[in-house]
Amino acid sequence: MSEEGIVKKFMYVNRKSPYGTIYALESLEVVLITAAFDQDVSLTFTDDGVYQLMKDQKTDGIGMKNFSSTYSALGDYEIKKIFIDKESLEERGLSVSDLQELVWEDEDEDYAEKSSINLVSRAELSNIMSQQDIVMSF
Amino acid sequence: MSMLHTVNKSPFENSTVTSCISMCAKDSSILFIEDAVISVMKSTKFTEMIESSLKDFKMYALKPDLEARGLSLNNVIEGVEIVGYEDFVDLTTEHDSVQSWL
Repeated sequence: MSEEGIVKKFMYVNRKSPYGTIYALESLEVVLITAAFDQDVSLTFTDDGVYQLMKDQKTDGIGMKNFSSTYSALGDYEIKKIFIDKESLEERGLSVSDLQELVWEDEDEDYAEKSSINLVSRAELSNIMSQQDIVMSF
Repeated sequence: MSMLHTVNKSPFENSTVTSCISMCAKDSSILFIEDAVISVMKSTKFTEMIESSLKDFKMYALKPDLEARGLSLNNVIEGVEIVGYEDFVDLTTEHDSVQSWL
């Protein structure tokens, strides 16, 4: 084992709307923990999971913590690969402009902000998923 | 007998919304809460089903649940009434019974 330790490719697949169940928040917690161990982390948002990234979430009325701003910290944890299922957006009448912008800073280019978001088809997702060492579904 | 149906699951997640609509008696009301508020948004693959059911049932959606999910009130299907928790209480008292779909 090298000094850096083993780095595996982890993908987290988010498939549920936020707040109705605890899955979205739990996924986010596990994602941040994995990133803290310097693993290669990517996130997929598909099915109702695309609602997790909606802009303008206001949770005062339901008395729950609004965790949507946490997604914008993913870039600071070196999480740069966020895949959004195009077809799931379309089925819901949504476009990428309804979602938060997520960026990371490229050290090699004077910390230029680059988008972490990749709009992909299900066929492309299938391909990306098959290249992972570990896929966890929430 | 008027009945208030409440549904709390996304129509994309399971068939509860679809079942509820198909089993609802006329002059019933349906209140969409929690993840079910997704049902009343325009331009989804369920929009047509909801719009055509509006002639048979009154439909309501809980505002705090729409707001929490970042769903714009302007994108709610016309004819669906947006209500608050106090209206929820009123609805339960105005109907003879309540069926909570799980």
